[in-house]
Amino acid sequence: MATAVDPSQLDSQTGNERWLRMYRRMFTIRTFEEQVNDLYTRALMPGLAHLYIGEEAVAVGICEALAPDDYITSTHRGHGHCLAKGAAPDRMFAELLGKEAGYCKGKGGSMHIADPATGNLGANAIVGGSAGIATGAAFTAKRLKTGQVSVCFFGEGALGQGSLYEVMNMASLWKLPVIYVCENNLYNEYTHYSEVTAGDILARGTAFGLAGESVDGQDVRAVHAAARKLVARARAGEGPAMLLANTYRYYGHHVGDVSRDYYRSKQEEQQWKAERDPIQILSDWLCGQKIADRARLDEIQAEVKAQIDQAVEFATRSRYPNVDQVEQDVYAGE
Amino acid sequence: MPANNGRELTLAQAVREALAEEMRRDSRVFILGEDIAEAGHPFKVLTGLVEEFGAERVLDTPISEAGFTGVAVGAAMTGLRPVVDIMFGDFVTLIMDQMVNQAAKVHYMSGGKWRVPMVLRTTLGATRRSAAQHSQSLHAWFCHIPGLKVVLPSTPYDAKGLLKTAIRDENPVAFFEDKMMYRLKGPVPEEEYTIPLGAADIKREGTDITIVATSSMVQVALGAAKLLEEAAISAEVIDPRTLWPLDEKTLINSARKTSRVIVMDEGYGRYGVAAEIASVISEGAFFDLEAPVKRLGAMHVPIPFSPPLEDATVPTEQSVFEAARAMCG
Repeated sequence: MATAVDPSQLDSQTGNERWLRMYRRMFTIRTFEEQVNDLYTRALMPGLAHLYIGEEAVAVGICEALAPDDYITSTHRGHGHCLAKGAAPDRMFAELLGKEAGYCKGKGGSMHIADPATGNLGANAIVGGSAGIATGAAFTAKRLKTGQVSVCFFGEGALGQGSLYEVMNMASLWKLPVIYVCENNLYNEYTHYSEVTAGDILARGTAFGLAGESVDGQDVRAVHAAARKLVARARAGEGPAMLLANTYRYYGHHVGDVSRDYYRSKQEEQQWKAERDPIQILSDWLCGQKIADRARLDEIQAEVKAQIDQAVEFATRSRYPNVDQVEQDVYAGE
Repeated sequence: MPANNGRELTLAQAVREALAEEMRRDSRVFILGEDIAEAGHPFKVLTGLVEEFGAERVLDTPISEAGFTGVAVGAAMTGLRPVVDIMFGDFVTLIMDQMVNQAAKVHYMSGGKWRVPMVLRTTLGATRRSAAQHSQSLHAWFCHIPGLKVVLPSTPYDAKGLLKTAIRDENPVAFFEDKMMYRLKGPVPEEEYTIPLGAADIKREGTDITIVATSSMVQVALGAAKLLEEAAISAEVIDPRTLWPLDEKTLINSARKTSRVIVMDEGYGRYGVAAEIASVISEGAFFDLEAPVKRLGAMHVPIPFSPPLEDATVPTEQSVFEAARAMCG
């Protein structure tokens, strides 16, 4: 079942610009998240933040295979998905700081970014909570024959939620254009997934008749190739799929989770960063293929850093919502 | 109420007619749930709908309440108008994350950008000898959550008009039907009508005491009012019809007029709907009240199976009559 597509087959179709765009997006997510970490540790950001650093290739490789009006649902670790689907860093930061200019007028925060304009049905802070929503969006796409595809991002922690399997069953019965993307970053919060996950992960989807594929989530080209195949399949009416992306979370469960020795070693973290970094893997390939040289990549990095600095500046200077907005948006149409 | 030319429908027929009319009017409306297509639901409320609208719009689901309610939330957000059928109200335990953390909050959390126009239809009510997991009235849970609306019709006329409005609403609406009232008949006009959410209905006018009653308790209250009339006590019976939005003004005005109030609801009495309404009335009509507002709800026990035990758990015409007479004494 898990037959990976050779990424080189796609190179001619995707073109060099596409790889450079993915590089920019991945570096944008990384820089965004580093800024989040910085704002949080300097006590400038309220609440919680769950960083996506280390997993950038998954969101970018998949969202690059989607059309602007295709749907995604995201998770508490969702900044990367939102940015990869096209969210603007300035309004993202504004939302993270609880400002009126944020995507949700400050009412959602880090774990609930939503944006109809980019097909983002919302990040969800209930583990596995958006599987139904993503499946329902696919149901609408099929009923109204819009040709849209829906992607449900979830961490391997959601494998413990029964409702995930309920909707996989329905998606398969009704041949819905939905792709369940399991990002296995190895840790359910503070517990190694192997302590709480029995059997074969991909088999949980294929048991319901979903197409199943497993990819190296640190290799954006592999992720993208698999996503293109599954998206095309879903769009053609061939039904749902489960994509297992094997990846790694560089930071803790949330930014406050700094003493991690009791659940994983520093050596393990170092090894992933040194050998399996998704941005490094892509830049090595780009340089090796002479698609870009180091100078070009540095240029992109400088542009991204400037954009992120401006975004933080925008968010910091934005105003908080007026308190009279607290009772607005409880009910629609009122 | 429009002229009805004597046409009567059962509550089940009124619900079915509302669904059929809304499905004819709006192709986005569809129903999903367990055994609703050819089976027409165990209470036969939905008989005939699949023949007219097809299996795509009267969709039999697996026995996966959380899953298909979640599918409905996503479908509602993206342009359809689902009506979710939860066979027994007791099974709402299985869908609470989807209703409370998803449907109710999506609009607010997204800063007003996404909407969830969906209806959850389910049942309430005891005395059907169905025991503790098929007899509860759990609508108070939904009233507690901002973002949800809650509707409890007590007549065929109200059921039809309120369900049509609920389906057209832009928000998630929980719609509770008393399973013991599906065969209750009442006038329902042929012509189109809707009833706004948030408008109480005075089911019987009176001057000495107000009985606020919901759903299954409305008929009980009307029966008690007849007994009271024989005892020369004039009871006003008010049905709020929707628990949120709540027509506080009509309730408070009636309390000011009669100065005595009983609130009846088949949910559990403790921390329940009756408690909330009693509080609204106490705050709004305190200086006009002759007595503390009295609450009558289900006893605080799991619903027992044995008929004499089960019958003891819910208010009856006699118990309301006695409570009212004591207050007016």
